[in-house]
Amino acid sequence: MAIWLTENSKIIVQGMTGGEGTKHTRRMLASGARVVGGVNARKAGTTHEGLPVFGTVKEAIAQTGADVSVVFVPPAFTKDAVIEAIDAEIPLVVVITEGVPVHDSTAFWAYAVEKGNKTRIIGPNCPGIASPGASNAGIIPADITTAGRIGLVSKSGTLTYQLMYELRDFGFSTAVGIGGDPVIGTTHIDALQAFQEDPGTDAIVMIGEIGGDAEERAAAYIEQHVTKPVVAYVAGFTAPEGKTMGHAGAIVSGSAGTAQAKKEALEKVGVRVGKTPSETARLMREIMQAR
Amino acid sequence: MDLFEHQAKELFADYGIPVPRGIVAHTVEEVRSAATELTGRVVVKAQVKTGGRGKAGGVKVADDAADAVTKAEAILGMDIKGHTVHKVLVEEASAIAEEYYFSFLLDRANRTFLAICSAAGGMDIEEVAHTSPEQVAKVPVSALTGVDRAKAREIAAAGGLPEKSLDGAAELIEKLWCCFVDEDATLVEVNPMILSADGQVKALDGKVTLDENAAFRQTDHEALADKAAEDPLEAKAKEKDLNYVKLDGDVGIIGNGAGLVMSTLDVVAYAGEAFPGKPSPANFLDIGGGASAEVMAAGLEIILSDPSVKSIFVNVFGGITACDAVANGIVSAFKLLESRGEAVTHPLVVRLDGNNAQLGRQILADAALPRVELVDTMDEAAKRAAELAAVGA
Repeated sequence: MAIWLTENSKIIVQGMTGGEGTKHTRRMLASGARVVGGVNARKAGTTHEGLPVFGTVKEAIAQTGADVSVVFVPPAFTKDAVIEAIDAEIPLVVVITEGVPVHDSTAFWAYAVEKGNKTRIIGPNCPGIASPGASNAGIIPADITTAGRIGLVSKSGTLTYQLMYELRDFGFSTAVGIGGDPVIGTTHIDALQAFQEDPGTDAIVMIGEIGGDAEERAAAYIEQHVTKPVVAYVAGFTAPEGKTMGHAGAIVSGSAGTAQAKKEALEKVGVRVGKTPSETARLMREIMQAR
Repeated sequence: MDLFEHQAKELFADYGIPVPRGIVAHTVEEVRSAATELTGRVVVKAQVKTGGRGKAGGVKVADDAADAVTKAEAILGMDIKGHTVHKVLVEEASAIAEEYYFSFLLDRANRTFLAICSAAGGMDIEEVAHTSPEQVAKVPVSALTGVDRAKAREIAAAGGLPEKSLDGAAELIEKLWCCFVDEDATLVEVNPMILSADGQVKALDGKVTLDENAAFRQTDHEALADKAAEDPLEAKAKEKDLNYVKLDGDVGIIGNGAGLVMSTLDVVAYAGEAFPGKPSPANFLDIGGGASAEVMAAGLEIILSDPSVKSIFVNVFGGITACDAVANGIVSAFKLLESRGEAVTHPLVVRLDGNNAQLGRQILADAALPRVELVDTMDEAAKRAAELAAVGA
């Protein structure tokens, strides 16, 4: 079992014919994901990587039954691509694109809400979602871990990979990279809720980083709604105030958004917080071994 | 990117928002001619990108040009919260009847925009918001519908502005919204927004933060960057499209992925506590998921040109780019630097994990690069890098 992405998921790629789109379409196919086509208005009717290219998301869905779209289009066109996916009412759109202006992400989020949240948005600026052994939508390396019963939700890509790799002997139900931007479509809380409800997930790893108060709100949610064990890691304890560290959302302003505040909020509700990624993996290992 | 007050006001003026007449001055002579041109009472305002200028003595009213020079002599060069004052804004003094607060900003938690408005402006708005939250209106603004004149008036009324100010405030707020959207700002703040003695609503101060992700469609924003204040290494890294932030320590850090590098900084700082002089990270440098030889070389070059660096920690997780490719990248980077006469002489601790980690380590071992040490785990590698920095390499 897994959340949001299963072996039955049919994936289309918006921006499949571009460099990144091509590379990662190949990787997704190699990992066994069911990629069924791509979207590019200017190349409709052609084939790319042996897959049909459609003019619109709507047409791609009609022809292939796709229920997941992965977006690789450049930042300038991302807003339109996501709005097109929302209009087509595709259940899941995974926005890999980095560098999307926050006015655009705020606009497509508002649009999704107005349309009744029929489309779950993951990202932007995220590595995507992988359900090992079942499917892979995005750029998470498929071969670093195995299928298992740990769920993972993270703001950061490489930290996700690090934890997936360290815990590869236990394996994962699903790993979701939600992205490090200030406005994102899927939050820690959304993933925590889905993992709590997923019978295929026994325990949850949550990776956060400085900036915003998403981790604090996740802690409040865990206290009320999550009974499965949660282990967390927060990056950025030593980050200086006012400096952006790669992720647009990772910036400390005043006392708000510090790693220490996040750690304390999580520990207060019984979440064990690792000091380093390896220690976090050890904490999860203990939990899984005790089961 | 944060703007100086004078830049914010120039931007406001472009959108038809009333601001006092003002002239930027870098020297007392420029202050004298600015004040002479403006005539009458002027305000001399330190231009620094931090709050609390008034309390620090960085904002002074002057009666005439001679007085403005006296005031400017005290302000130019002063330090406000670590920011040196290199320029001042000389502005005509405004006759203030009332002071309000207004801002548009991104509300991350609710994934929408927010208008904040209060009739209790001018002073510490955070303090007002804390002690009398009912005096501060927070109105969500949808990115889809935005702010028209009617909505602007509604927000001003919610903030408790008096009837006599509503028309003027509504006009200013509507124009400020246009500025917020058209310039891809994440914050536009006017504190105080004033009602002048002659009944006009004006922006007496301005704070603007622009979204750097929008640079591709805001091509004129680059000219607003404060090149002089930029760290030279950060500027050099930017030219090479590297994501680099200069820090205070002595352990150079290279890694792939923003989260992993942030985490590396933490682990190195913890490890450093156990050694004399407490070595800590000298920088943040994310070479991205790909970690190619060229990027690795460019990254090493930046770090090696930082004189405070004593040891270097390369922390890479091999995902899409497997560790053997990363290892080859490091070997080529060494050759590339050596061919340019910039051979790596610092100790380098490398930790490779993930896909083909064994193969990657083998490649590095076979290359027998001088001063390169391989350590298997991130925690142990951080310890070794800190130790090497502590012994002064």
